[in-house]
Amino acid sequence: MREPVFIGGPAPRGPNLEELLGLVARGDQNAFAALYDAVSGSVLGLTRSLLRDPAQAEEVTQEVLVEVWRTAARFEPARGSAMAWIMTLAHRRAVDRVRSAQSASDREERAALLNRTPAFDEVTEQVEARLEREQVRRCMQGLTELQRQSVTLAYYRGRTYREVAELLQLPLGTVKTRLRDGLIRLRDCMGVGA
Amino acid sequence: MTRADRADLHTLTGAYSVYALSGRELLAFERHLADCEACAQEVRELRATAAKLGMATSLTPSPVLKDDVMRRIATVRQDPPRVARSEPEFSGGGAPPRRASRGRWQNFALAACLAGAVALGGVAVWQNQQASDARDTARRSEQQVARVEAVTEVLAAPDAHSRNAKLTNGATGTVVVSHALDKAAFLASGLPKPPDGRVYQLWFSDRGTMRSAGLMDTADTGTGRGTAALLSGAVGKASGVGVTVEPAGGSKAPTTDPIGLMSFPAG
Repeated sequence: MREPVFIGGPAPRGPNLEELLGLVARGDQNAFAALYDAVSGSVLGLTRSLLRDPAQAEEVTQEVLVEVWRTAARFEPARGSAMAWIMTLAHRRAVDRVRSAQSASDREERAALLNRTPAFDEVTEQVEARLEREQVRRCMQGLTELQRQSVTLAYYRGRTYREVAELLQLPLGTVKTRLRDGLIRLRDCMGVGA
Repeated sequence: MTRADRADLHTLTGAYSVYALSGRELLAFERHLADCEACAQEVRELRATAAKLGMATSLTPSPVLKDDVMRRIATVRQDPPRVARSEPEFSGGGAPPRRASRGRWQNFALAACLAGAVALGGVAVWQNQQASDARDTARRSEQQVARVEAVTEVLAAPDAHSRNAKLTNGATGTVVVSHALDKAAFLASGLPKPPDGRVYQLWFSDRGTMRSAGLMDTADTGTGRGTAALLSGAVGKASGVGVTVEPAGGSKAPTTDPIGLMSFPAG
């Protein structure tokens, strides 16, 4: 059967993840397979940009998706969308891995970190992600240099804001506010609701 | 806390939303978050924003990955829903994900030993029963089993200590605490069903100030069987545990006299 075509209205954007997650919470493996199809590319992309190493990224992606299965019943819609919940989990797990592997050679790493282009420029290949990628790229350009660096180091590199302050040689308070201001500006630019 | 401290904490919403807080600051912020609806709303929005940053990096996974994941979930037991709503997410969940674990059932033997050693009586018998038909139970009531698993983890902790008390409604309550895990469990036998529209709520006592540790699932009450609950939240410096009867949904602070108060054993 062909998908209905919506003229003038918003195109349907994939399955309803909250509904799928509700079914997953009741042990529905087919629903989980559909959820996997909808989110695994994003989870893998994020873990890959944080961890760099493809094998480790796949490993963490597996762990994250199994954790989604295991803890689906704990998803609280009042706390945000299913996608935000899953991506928060993926980010947390990948960052935990980054931190446990992190060496003390931060100083040498500093230049390299700052010179790297943000992850969204490097790894994206999924067609579905094009919209997000373009939006992120556009909105990132609207940030000040400090905001962009703070957001990039914290989110895409998994640094704590204290480490960010050290890397950028800025006072803690400055990084704290730049990080928040940067995210708020991105939120407004991308029109994100909770 | 001064007004300036609060304002300071509020600016941490950004760092918190991208998991860039650690240690004491993370704990302080999560405490603040529990009473700051504006912060919670901002965190929700900034997390959704961060999710977009993540989605912009999407890759196409190999089909093998899906096969692996589907194979793994077929053997992984699912967790029950969260009982208490205010449970912190990161400070409590920073540990790596627990792996699927058939082996965890082995803990039951240990747990039952410990339970026996501290004279849990009926509860120990119930634990054994649970262990013996574990597989069956898993199918019947995954949530209950996951709860038992969580409690077992505390019971089986090498530093677990317990204390019994008679509750005012005639039931026997036992609190088991592991400071190493920073977790506590409450077990009761003979707990009657709470009155209509009421629930049992657990509390940590922080020097006499009660901090909610979640509601008890009352499905097993009134059946004569044992009831067990993992207290939600960290033990921290709590000196004991209280149980009260509260209106459905629970209360922010106890509204009735406790039906039981148990202080943690020293050491």
